[in-house]
Amino acid sequence: MAKSKSAYSEPTKFGKEDHHIIVVWVDNEAGVLARVIGLFSGRGYNIESLAVAEIDRKKRLSRITIVTKGTPEVIKQIKLQLGKLIPVHKVADFYRNDKKVLFRELALFKLVGASKKLDKAKKICKKHNVVILDKTKKSFVIQVTALRREIDKLIITLTPLGLVSASRTGAVAMTRGEEIFTQ
Amino acid sequence: MPKLLSGAEIVFKSLEDQKVEYIFGYPGGAVLPIYDELKNHKKIKHILARHEQGAGHAAEGYARSSGKPGVLLVTSGPGATNAVTALTDAYMDSIPVVCISGQVPTHLIGTDAFQECDTTGITRPCTKHNWLVKDVNDLADIMNQAFEIATTGRPGPVLVDIPKDIQFNKGVYKVNKNKLVKKLNGALSNKINLKDVVKFIEMIKKSSKPIFYSGGGVINSGPKASELLRELVSLTGFPITSTLQGLGAYPGDDPQFLGMLGMHGTYEANNAMHDCDLMINIGARFDDRITGKIDEFSPKSKKIHVDIDPSSIGKNVKVDLAITSDVTELLQSVIKIFKEKNKNFINSNKQKTAKWWSQIEKWRKKKSLNFVNSKKTIKPQHAVQRLYELTKDQDTFITTEVGQHQMWAAQHYKFNKPNRWMTSGGLGTMGYGLPAAIGVQIAHPKKLVVDIAGEASILMNIQEMSTAIQYRLPIKIFILNNEYMGMVRQWQELLHDKNYSESYTEALPDFVKLAEAYGAVGIRAKTPDELDEKIKEMINTDKPVIFDCVVDKAENCYPMIPSGKPHNQMLLGPEDEKEEVSDEGKTLV
Repeated sequence: MAKSKSAYSEPTKFGKEDHHIIVVWVDNEAGVLARVIGLFSGRGYNIESLAVAEIDRKKRLSRITIVTKGTPEVIKQIKLQLGKLIPVHKVADFYRNDKKVLFRELALFKLVGASKKLDKAKKICKKHNVVILDKTKKSFVIQVTALRREIDKLIITLTPLGLVSASRTGAVAMTRGEEIFTQ
Repeated sequence: MPKLLSGAEIVFKSLEDQKVEYIFGYPGGAVLPIYDELKNHKKIKHILARHEQGAGHAAEGYARSSGKPGVLLVTSGPGATNAVTALTDAYMDSIPVVCISGQVPTHLIGTDAFQECDTTGITRPCTKHNWLVKDVNDLADIMNQAFEIATTGRPGPVLVDIPKDIQFNKGVYKVNKNKLVKKLNGALSNKINLKDVVKFIEMIKKSSKPIFYSGGGVINSGPKASELLRELVSLTGFPITSTLQGLGAYPGDDPQFLGMLGMHGTYEANNAMHDCDLMINIGARFDDRITGKIDEFSPKSKKIHVDIDPSSIGKNVKVDLAITSDVTELLQSVIKIFKEKNKNFINSNKQKTAKWWSQIEKWRKKKSLNFVNSKKTIKPQHAVQRLYELTKDQDTFITTEVGQHQMWAAQHYKFNKPNRWMTSGGLGTMGYGLPAAIGVQIAHPKKLVVDIAGEASILMNIQEMSTAIQYRLPIKIFILNNEYMGMVRQWQELLHDKNYSESYTEALPDFVKLAEAYGAVGIRAKTPDELDEKIKEMINTDKPVIFDCVVDKAENCYPMIPSGKPHNQMLLGPEDEKEEVSDEGKTLV
């Protein structure tokens, strides 16, 4: 082992990391997003995607959905640290493979190319839940709503077929059935 | 139509409603309307520091020694950035501080105006919460929330940033009573579960090698918590150790007290932590200076953790019983139930813990705080011991800077009451002790306040001597002067092959003359013979004193848990050093 002379201990145990979707209900006030993501960067947590928008205009509530990766201990810390922020109302944590929860991400793709390629691309798109939003002779823009990994795959498939631009929202989540999440 | 007040008037009305007596601060352009209003409020006294960091630490010292929140008033830009160290310090050590900062007028925000900085952006990670006030009508409510958040749950600093135009604007003084303010650090409830209390007591009864491990949470919970801790420790007959921040919650000279634990804790405290079968953590947070190597931290024990902050529980160490609660409330219910069902526990349980106590006595016999005294040079430990002996009969308040002197103070000065010990533990801020002593003396005008300092740390906020003179605060600065940044030097000796890179201070000032230049009294002690007389002279001087105690330059702070070792492998003194620290170990001090 290299001679290191740090003044602190080194990590000796690494737990297994898993993907989690953290949903945070916050007051929609100035700086609130900075508080949430500042906590993530300041404490060294991951953010894979982030979706945020106001969901209740009257109560000025926003819902932030963060896809993150971490050991069970880290995920627990994330939830507890978020809970301490003053504008945070509640925090939910969903395991990515949880069957009780629906996850969706929306993506917009622009494809440009010769019609032969585009036709091939359209055929592939039909297998997915795709809406064509704009069409010219040499291009089209589509909207896809799917799971993250499905969109990842679609990007790989469409890249050789003229995909020139992709825009994604990051995942959002909702529980199945009549239950709503209460802390 | 309610009466309209200016923003500055609202600030003061709010401070009066919060019964604030002192504010520590430094004026500047963006905060002048608030300073202008000061003259109309005779009940609030402003203490003018010489640097905003000094004002911040003074507010901390005031808060720690009085239990009331410290209030800090600074201007925009450099005023706010200078306060950042103090705010971070208060954040790390959970000290309630309310900082009010001026800001450039609203219409100039974002234009890189003179003395503009993104104060709320900069202080976001070092405050519990902060606000940029955009409407004067929100100001009263924000001020009210600021005090509420700073003082409830796990205490900490908050900041209210007020643009200059808002300070002039007129608005209504309105506090929204029903607004849900987070008092519980995100916990759903702080109600103690009776089952947990019962389990707590069962674990106590099952244990044959127990130890209490108490921390700053006991101090923060108020003087009642210390009384209750003493009661529970005496009911059980168990040994107790304390973190740096918890000193004073339990009497330092009591036979059940094993001394401080951690990197420079006693041999008996650390070994007992390692070998125990039950660890009862009351208001401490398993800090890395406490646990040493985490994988080998107290491997065989069941652990109980009581903390008001749910995010502190399970962060570093997994525990068997986690209780999110204020220390006072929890101890009250534990003691009540314990007393009902376990009369005479201490006697009936004596046999069970007898072996444990005799083991502890064996560790104690090592006398790990011992040092080789000298007749020629003053040993720093000896100096602290003499200071203790000569001040213990009066109610003395001790602050410190950061380094070896801080650890020697923690080891050799014995505290019997809470709120008498103010030290920067979490952040480890050199330059903390002098301004903190000013805050303490403001809160306790008649009491003896001593800053045990090092000659390097003291120079970081020496300008505050001027503050002490201005307000006639007879604080005593007791410098253990070894001309080195001692703790840096010690690590360089042990880990960096005695390459004392930049840890020696050449061209130190003459501290006696420096004291005189400020209008204080300078005293110097060079030999052990004259030490007692000079300390007495210091105590009897009714003015600020700088005491230059010239000590052994090469003395190291022992005992010490070295280099990523667990609690049961301590270095006791220079003899142990020869046993080479492993390469792996060197990473881990």
